[in-house]
Formats: sequence, structure tokens, C-alpha cells
Amino acid sequence: MAKDIHANIPQGDLKDKWSNYKNQAKLVSPNNRKKLDIIVVGTGLAGASAAASLAEMGYNIKSFCFQDSPRRAHSVAAQGGVNAMKNYKNDGDSVYRMFYDTLKGGDFRSREANTYRLAECSASLIDQAVAQGVPFGREYSGYLRNRSFGGVQVSRTFYARGQTGQQLLLGSYQALMRQTEAGKVQLFARHEMLELITIDGKAKGIIARNLDTGKLEPHSAHAVVLATGGFGKIYYLSTLAMGCNASAVWRAHKKGAWMANPSWTQIHPTSLPQSGTYQSKLTLMSESLRNDGRIWVPKDKKENRKPNEIPEEERDYYLERKYPAFGNLAPRDIASRSAKEQIDAGKGVGPLKNAVYLDFKHALKEHGKEIISERYDNLFKMYEKITGVNAYKEPMKISPAAHFSMGGLWVDYDLQTNIPGLFAIGEANFSDHGANRLGANSLLQACVDGYYIVPYTLQNYLADQIQVEKPAINHPAFIASVKEIKAQLQEFIQNKGNKTAEEYHRELGKILYDKCGLSRSKKGLEEAITSIKTLRKNFSENLLVPGKEEEINSELEKAGRVKDYLELAELMCLDALHREESCGAHFREEHQTSEGEAKRNDKDFCYSAAWEWNKTASTPILHKEPLVFEFVKPTKRNYK
Amino acid sequence: MEIHLKIWRQKNQESKGALKNYTLTEVNPAMSFLEMLDMLNLKLAKNGELPVEFDHDCREGICGQCGMMINGIAHGPLKNTTTCQLHMRSFKDGDTIYIEPFRAKAFPIIRDLKVDRTSLDTIIAAGGYISVNTGQAPEANSIPVTHHEAESAFDAAACIGCGACVASCKNASAALFTASKISHFANLPQGKKESAERTVKMVNRMDELDFGHCTNTEACQVECPQDISVLHIARMNYEYNKAKIKKI
Repeated sequence: MAKDIHANIPQGDLKDKWSNYKNQAKLVSPNNRKKLDIIVVGTGLAGASAAASLAEMGYNIKSFCFQDSPRRAHSVAAQGGVNAMKNYKNDGDSVYRMFYDTLKGGDFRSREANTYRLAECSASLIDQAVAQGVPFGREYSGYLRNRSFGGVQVSRTFYARGQTGQQLLLGSYQALMRQTEAGKVQLFARHEMLELITIDGKAKGIIARNLDTGKLEPHSAHAVVLATGGFGKIYYLSTLAMGCNASAVWRAHKKGAWMANPSWTQIHPTSLPQSGTYQSKLTLMSESLRNDGRIWVPKDKKENRKPNEIPEEERDYYLERKYPAFGNLAPRDIASRSAKEQIDAGKGVGPLKNAVYLDFKHALKEHGKEIISERYDNLFKMYEKITGVNAYKEPMKISPAAHFSMGGLWVDYDLQTNIPGLFAIGEANFSDHGANRLGANSLLQACVDGYYIVPYTLQNYLADQIQVEKPAINHPAFIASVKEIKAQLQEFIQNKGNKTAEEYHRELGKILYDKCGLSRSKKGLEEAITSIKTLRKNFSENLLVPGKEEEINSELEKAGRVKDYLELAELMCLDALHREESCGAHFREEHQTSEGEAKRNDKDFCYSAAWEWNKTASTPILHKEPLVFEFVKPTKRNYK
Repeated sequence: MEIHLKIWRQKNQESKGALKNYTLTEVNPAMSFLEMLDMLNLKLAKNGELPVEFDHDCREGICGQCGMMINGIAHGPLKNTTTCQLHMRSFKDGDTIYIEPFRAKAFPIIRDLKVDRTSLDTIIAAGGYISVNTGQAPEANSIPVTHHEAESAFDAAACIGCGACVASCKNASAALFTASKISHFANLPQGKKESAERTVKMVNRMDELDFGHCTNTEACQVECPQDISVLHIARMNYEYNKAKIKKI
């Protein structure tokens, strides 16, 4: 039975809520902080900034990542920028406008209070990053530079060439390493979290597998923070890193943490198209390219000339035509869906007819090669390395690809899950972006959660834990979990089937792209669920994992991740199936306007769907968190 | 394409390794180098053999986790390119390719092509940061940084920490890696304050670890995926000598 749930949003006017919260939050005195241990899983922008900030306050941190160094976490790959409300451009920006853009961008499916706080804390992040030495783009005068991103009409994006994520991550990684040197952070690289430990309903630790030795290690603490990122890699071909996975989040889910809106996946409009079946990932080309590049397809389906030979009047700049107010900077869900529309209509370009052109001809003419190269040269170079094509001379070919999980672990205003002591930050949670995330808001959310929110809200929780000893690692809960995980790993190895985890992953990805991707229908989703169940059964009988369990074994790591994906995929389909409306990235074919735009149903679906694990992957329980709009009236999203 | 591979297989740091021969017959020129290895690993797994362990993650040239010696060159034949961004179109049908791990005393072998580069993190921990806590920062535009300063800082800050510089250096020196961080901050007004202490701590840490000394062969820059200039090493030496005069 569904029941309504609530998010503990503080009282007061929108602009006062976060101040009210901070004024009333409980504190832990500096000399008590060293008695409290916190586990932070993940070392991307959210994880590293949280671990560093909490360590600076005096807590003892254990920081985990599966990569060989915390600096590799996938925040590193974010290219275009980070949004912040500084109004340096004097172009009409304000906290309220940024909040409204984000809320509208998310198609009015996020919490007002969280989204407002994101905008409110954004300015401090730029201050912090500059103080850390992040080399943001500058004017010749020495002041910070901005550019524009999709879904907004002001310039509030700060950037460091096309490597903004890398530079921000290095800032927080270095802060983390500084605390490692100070002895406040213990670092566990090449460790993967395989289980959350709860005792008396509270999060008390994790089991991690040392990926070099294969040994299972129990770790206990007073609280656990998951900053393990998104699960777009479930689509197999995605813009994510090969190691990105849902396992930490999913195992917490199976321990009782709710998953919210799991089907809301952002399909990014400007990725490189698939070129063959051997492909392992789709490389992203930053959205910032849409500031200067113009997207088009030939008007004629049978067009077979080279792009530069097609005259202007025979090109369809479809985004400029359909959305004149925002043009090529329409939000991602809209840009991706429009591309799919053109591709499905047979107007796609490239050998597989699965791409559209992104053309810099006009920008090069207007600004000259020097300016364009200063803005995007690393992206142009990367494009040439992968495709062998020089984009200064010929338009890029781009195509939509799975990118960001708007859904994730359900959290309240404190970013605490429904399991006390378990917090989820950054892309791992669901809270700020609604049904579609605006470009350059993901770096922002990860940083704001880690630097400015969780240090306060976690402290509010820990204030009541000072007298509570953390459990010993020989507590029965740890011992039982280690045994269970060991059995699972052995089962993978002893199975000795004939299909590798990667092969299952590819098949699963295809099902999800086709049936639970850019557009969804009841029929398609039901078919997907049947296929996923079959695939899951086949996986359990026919999986092949070479090697041993207690040693380094990449295939074994993949097997665990794919097993989790095969369960999560069904939940995504169930979530998409139950939501009989279109909103943001969730486009149900049955629910569209006569112009083919998303048609929301605020009467029946103005809520976040929080799913509880219930014995099997096919039988989750739905809880609803009603979205109450006190300060803003949801309108039809219009970018025309 | 048909490709012959000679790949270094080694169980762990203690055991002895050797090159093993493999042949792939259906390599597509548009494949990335790592996708070619994926193809080999799938074949090995199906034949009941152990797949080749290699490090990789983002596969878009920025995380710095991939890296191997390809025909004796860190990250392979293409200039300023990580292993993941190298594509098979850089090779010819029938080619034989030698694949070995990054070799340096400071990078012990974990297995096959995977090495332990924790030593690079340890150098950063010694001082590769501006010592500012969360919450201490002043308003961002109160520290003007000229366009030129920001761009020069960025040139150094672009380092992805892959360790190709160490692997390419006949002395296995981490000078370029360390210098790029020192130079990144020395170029910025907010980073200059601690430059002397930072430089001494990082250089000392580098010397304590198993890295060799820099003898200015400049091989590091040639094989750096980000084309980080050896001039940063000169900057490091300048900052170091300045600090020593100040008796830090």
C-alpha cells in the first residue's frame, strides 16, 4: 500500500529555510568530533568535498573509491562548466531566477526547498574553488568569465577550458589529500563497497572488497555517506566511465533505503554516435559547444552530399526553427528528443544514419579560429582523435547518449535517506534536478552537497551519537554479511557458464535504450520487463567468470555490478510504467501534446516516487512524496 | 585487420613475468586500443584463460587511469594521446604490437599491465594544494587573476596524473608531475603565498619515494598526453632554489 512520505523541510519563507535550518541545527563541539567516525564512499566532487570538509571540522574519515586514485572519479570528465549565481554579467540573474530555471528545467518535479538551496549556495562554491586555485577562464582584466548553457537566458556558467570537472575535482581531491596527510582521512583506493551494514535500523558501516587482494573488509562508523554517482552506465553505451556502477546505491536499497524516480535518466544530446558493435562507450562532447555550434540535418532524406556541399536553404536547423527563444540552447531532454525525431524520420546523417550535424562554420566566420579554439580546442582535438575528422573544416556528427541519473536514493532535506545515519549526496541522490537536469548543474550539486550541506546536516545527526559507541567489526551483522557476500562471489565463479558479464550488460543496455530510453510506452515497458526477467534468469544460470575470488579479478567485479543492474533495470521500467504522464526526460508516447511535446499530469503525478525493496526485484512497494509548490506555480514548460 | 600481440603477463610484483603471444583476426580500425583489448579478453575468458588485467576508466582521455607501454612508447605512437584515445587505425593490418606495463620502481606491478601509482598521490599529499578550508574563501573576484596567469596556470594544472612521464624517463623521475603542480600554484596569486613551503615539501617527498632524479632528457614532455612543458621543471627548480635561499 502506498503511503505519503515527507521530507522534513524547514519552516519559513523559501529564502529563509536554509538559514532557519542552520540556526536550529544541532552541533557537535570541536573536542567531541574526534570521537566520531564517518565512512564516505566515492571520491568524486561530492565525496571528496564532503570527506575533506568533514575532516577539516575534526571528524575521522574513511574514504573509499574503486579507482586506483581518488582523482580518477568520473566528475573528472565533466567538460563544460559549473553554474553559479554571481550575476557578474549584470544580465538579470538572481538566486530566485536560478532556482526557477532549475525547477522549470526539471519540469516541476523537484522539491522547491532543495532546489532553492542549490541556487542559494552556488556563489560560495565559486569562491571556494578560486581559493583552491581552480584556474577558471578569465577576462583580460583579471575578473571571472562566464558563458551560457542550455535552458537559461543568462550567462552564469563558470568554466576552465573544456576541463571544468577535472579542475574542480583536483581542487577537492587536493583538499582530501591534505587531510590524508594530516591524518584525518584514511584512504581506501581500489576498494569497492559491497554491502551496507545496519544495526537496529541505523547505518553503521560497510563491507568493502579490496580489489587487489579480493579480501572482504568490514568497516564500522557512526554514519555512512554514499557519494557513488549515477548509474547511466546501466545502458551499457553511455557517457560514463567503464567502472561507474549502481552497486553501492542498490545494495543500500536492498537494505531498506528507498530509490526515487529511478527511471529518470538524462540522455545527453551531444555525444559521439555509435559506430560499431565493439564499442564500449559513447564519448561526450560538451554542451558548451551549443553556444557556438548550430545543429541541423538535411531537409531531404535522400541527401548524400558531404555536409559542406549542402546549401543553407537545404538544411533544417530544427532547434532554431522549433524553439526560436532558446534555439540551439534548448534543454537537454528537448534537444535529445528532437534529434531522435529527425533520426527516426530518416534524416539522420553518418554511415549508420544515427547522428545530426553540429556545425561551427558560422561561428568560425564570426569569431575567427583563434577564439573558437581557445573555447573548445581540447574538444575539437578529442573529436579528431576518435573520429579522424577535423571539426574546424567539417561539421561534427553528434547523437544522444545515456548520461545522468536524475533519480537515485531518496533523501530528505538533510540529504539523509530513510535509513538513519545513511546520507546520499551528489548524483547518488535524487533531490534537486526533477525530471531533467540543466547543463552545468551537476558539478554544482555535487560540490554544494559536499562542501556546504552535508557538513551541517550530518553534524545535526551526529550530535545524538556522541555517547554511542560504533559497533565492533566482529558484530554479528558484519560477520553474517561477509559470509553472504563470499557465498555470492563463489557462486559467480563456480557457475562456469558461457557468457561473460559484459555480454549480459550489452544486451541489457539495448533493451533499456529501446524501451526505457528517450521515449517509453506501456507496451514497450511491459516487453522490457519480460526480457529483463528472462535475461536475469539466464544470467544466474549461464554466467562465466574466469579466475578466482580471493585475487584481483576484473571479471568478478563486473559480474556483481551487472547482477545489480539486472535488478535495477526492472525497477526503472516499473517506475516508468507507473508514471502515466510525460515530464522532462520521461516521455511516455501515450502522453504528448498535438505538437509532440511532453504532457504533464499534475493532478495525479505531482509527486516523487520512492520505491521500497520488497523481497524480489518485481515486487517493490511505492511510497509517494507529494511535491507541494508553495512559492511557484507549475506551468507548462515552454522554450519556444 | 589481423593484429599480433605480445603482452606482458605477470601474476604480481614478486613473480617473474613474460611476454605472451596472441593473435586477433577481426580488429576494426575504428576500435579504440582498449576495445581491442576487450575483444582479446572476451576471447580469453571464453577459452577458459585469465583475461589481461589493465587499468582504465573514463575512456575519454581525462581520468588518467589507463596507461601502458605500446611498442616501447608510453600510451603508444600518437602524440599527446592517452591509451584509451588511441585507435586501431594507427596500426596496419598484420602489425605486431608489444604491450607492457609502465615500468618504474615507484610503480610496483599489481598484475599484468596494472601498476600501483599511489606514490603520485603521496607527492600531492605532501603539499600539492592551497591550504584553505571550506568556508574560508573570500569573494571570488576579490583576487583578480589575469587572463595570462590563469592560462599559464591551466597549462600546468592540466596534468591527468597518468604517470607516463615517469614511465618514459630513463631515471623514472617524477619531476614533470611534481613540477606541474608546483607551477600551477606558483602562477596564481592565491597559490604564491605557500610556494616555498609547498615546493620543498613536494620535492623532498618525491626524493624519499622510489623516483629517480631529473637529468633533463625531456622524454617526459614528448610522451605527456597533455603536452605539459618541461619548462615547469625549470620553474620548480627556480622555486626550490628560492626557498632554499630563504632557508625553508
